[in-house]
Amino acid sequence: MSVSPYQPQTLFDKLWSAHLVTQRLDGRDIIYIDRHVLHELHAPHAFEKLQAASRGVRRSDLTFSMQDHTVATKPGRTETTNPDSAQFLRAMRAGSYRNGIRLFDIDDAEQGISHVVAPELGMVLPGATHAVPDSHACTVGGLGALAFGCGTTELEHILATQTIALKRPKRMRVRLDGSLGPFVTAKDVALRIIAEIGVSGGRGYAIEYAGAVARAMSIESRLTLCNLTIEMGARSGFVAPDDTTFAWLEGRPYAPRGPEWDRALAHWRTLTSDDEAFFDREVVINCAGLEPQITWGTDPSQVIGITQRVPDLAADPETKAKMERALAYMGLEPGTSLLGLPVNRIFIGSCTNARITDLRAAADIIRGRQVAAGVQALVVPGSTTVKRQAESEGLDRVFLDAGFLWGESGCSMCAGSNGDRGLPGDRCVSTTNRNFEGRQGRGVRTHLVGPEMAAAAAIAGRIVDQRSSF
Amino acid sequence: MTPFTTISGAAVPMLENDINTDQIAPVPTKRSLKPDYRELLFFRARRRDDDTLDPDFVLNRPQFAEPRILVAGHNFGCGSSREAAVWALVAVGIRCIIARSLADLYRENCLQNGVLPIELPMEAAVAFEARVLASDGAEPFAVDLYSQTISGPGGAPIPFEIAAADRIRLLEGLDDIGLTLKHQQDIAAWETRTRAASPWLQSAIRWEPAEVQENVL
Repeated sequence: MSVSPYQPQTLFDKLWSAHLVTQRLDGRDIIYIDRHVLHELHAPHAFEKLQAASRGVRRSDLTFSMQDHTVATKPGRTETTNPDSAQFLRAMRAGSYRNGIRLFDIDDAEQGISHVVAPELGMVLPGATHAVPDSHACTVGGLGALAFGCGTTELEHILATQTIALKRPKRMRVRLDGSLGPFVTAKDVALRIIAEIGVSGGRGYAIEYAGAVARAMSIESRLTLCNLTIEMGARSGFVAPDDTTFAWLEGRPYAPRGPEWDRALAHWRTLTSDDEAFFDREVVINCAGLEPQITWGTDPSQVIGITQRVPDLAADPETKAKMERALAYMGLEPGTSLLGLPVNRIFIGSCTNARITDLRAAADIIRGRQVAAGVQALVVPGSTTVKRQAESEGLDRVFLDAGFLWGESGCSMCAGSNGDRGLPGDRCVSTTNRNFEGRQGRGVRTHLVGPEMAAAAAIAGRIVDQRSSF
Repeated sequence: MTPFTTISGAAVPMLENDINTDQIAPVPTKRSLKPDYRELLFFRARRRDDDTLDPDFVLNRPQFAEPRILVAGHNFGCGSSREAAVWALVAVGIRCIIARSLADLYRENCLQNGVLPIELPMEAAVAFEARVLASDGAEPFAVDLYSQTISGPGGAPIPFEIAAADRIRLLEGLDDIGLTLKHQQDIAAWETRTRAASPWLQSAIRWEPAEVQENVL
């Protein structure tokens, strides 16, 4: 499908047509992928299948490999710290080497979670397409990139062809009006959107986040906002790039330099949705008065403001049954407040909230205080670069002195693929993205929050409102 | 890819909405590059707290020992991109999901593995679910992709819609990569055009020497 140049276009339309190679025989659009970042949980399967089919990697120079999902976070880790991780790390190393792909290995000074590393090294660029075999690929939409999380066969497809074959999604704009109060963050905004449109509200769409709140956000905040796009059911979400984006990106190792930067910048300034462009769905959320959010249930749409109460059971029998199951798992009752609920595990980390700004915000709350007795608290920086930066600012001492564990970078307790897990019955306040049953360990009750609330809960030993507690 | 033409067998009702990939194929405690995908399928849901199999869980009931069709509610397969959540279904013999709706990524992963994802409109879904529940695995249901119909006990055949492209791909078991590789010239032409118009997209060069390299030297 081609769009007339005289029609107003959304940013999504512009990026899609710029990357449309052709339409395939079966009617799918072949979309070129500018940057492809792999990780060791899924890439080894694809390397093996590629080799079996005697196919090569088309553009190993546009492909990067990251060890993030299975790496141990224990200080002084090696590839055998977690014995069953070694097979993934070694297969990733061998496959990357065989195919000529730059690998950020477990001991690399820039290793980390791919969705954190790719932006901070400038691998992701505004208007570029980006793919990762992980659903949180959408994170990098914070820089104005169009990103696709993909499956393992799709990953193999991208390796072989540097393209992905897709059906064109519809366009949604989420306009975020107003401004955020103190201690209210991008995480709270994203959780509120999921609460409003539901975990399948974004199904079939690519989402553009717009409005005053998105404009005022730092890049780190935009990355957090876009990270949770998949929790609304949409594969891609982005914020149109602007001066904040360009200033953040300039000088990063893989970003263009000199005359090429100037040329790129001139193009990037055209990357906005035209006035009057048509969106298939528009959602407006007034963020004035938004309070810090927290999940009470077992999917990321089961969210309340921190001063609100767990909702009463819905009248609709299906929703009611789902709520009852979630409440039973979480050990909660309808109509109760979460404030004061004792917690025994805190996790600050993941592609959602482990960038330097997140660690600074958490450290500001923790500084000079102690983790409550009986609480196990873990901070895992999103990348080794973030870790080094935090250490240069003394943040590691703030966390360690308070009684937190200070880990090496990786995905850690977000999905537990590296063995970092809680115990049955733990109540865990977590800065991650999914509160599914059993995700952080069998029987672990996860409450998703922003870094400030997680830090405050660690100190209090219970769920508290960070605005009034410190 | 194994072509999909027709299948017949037990239709397993799992009608809850938003069943996610962490439920379908949880991250196992002992991880392996080549896990037993049969074992992985609904690993936690199949078990009670004491690790014994829960005889009441639908997939543990004897009439569903050889499942062929999974019947689901809205947004089946939401969550992560892990393809293991499809491989685990295939491992036990499920080749078709009939749902009120499927998550985008999950649906794509189905198509890559010869699993037919059918989305029924609400009214048809409700009627079909009632028939599946009433039959309770006593008699088989059949899905025919040629005629695009679902048939089985309790009523007339139910027609379903699927995009023509997806239908042909499944019927012929077409290799997705093979389909795209027919367009290699188009891909090369795109690269040439882009190298001229937006050269920064076609090269990912590191400008700063890496700290590690300095340390090594």
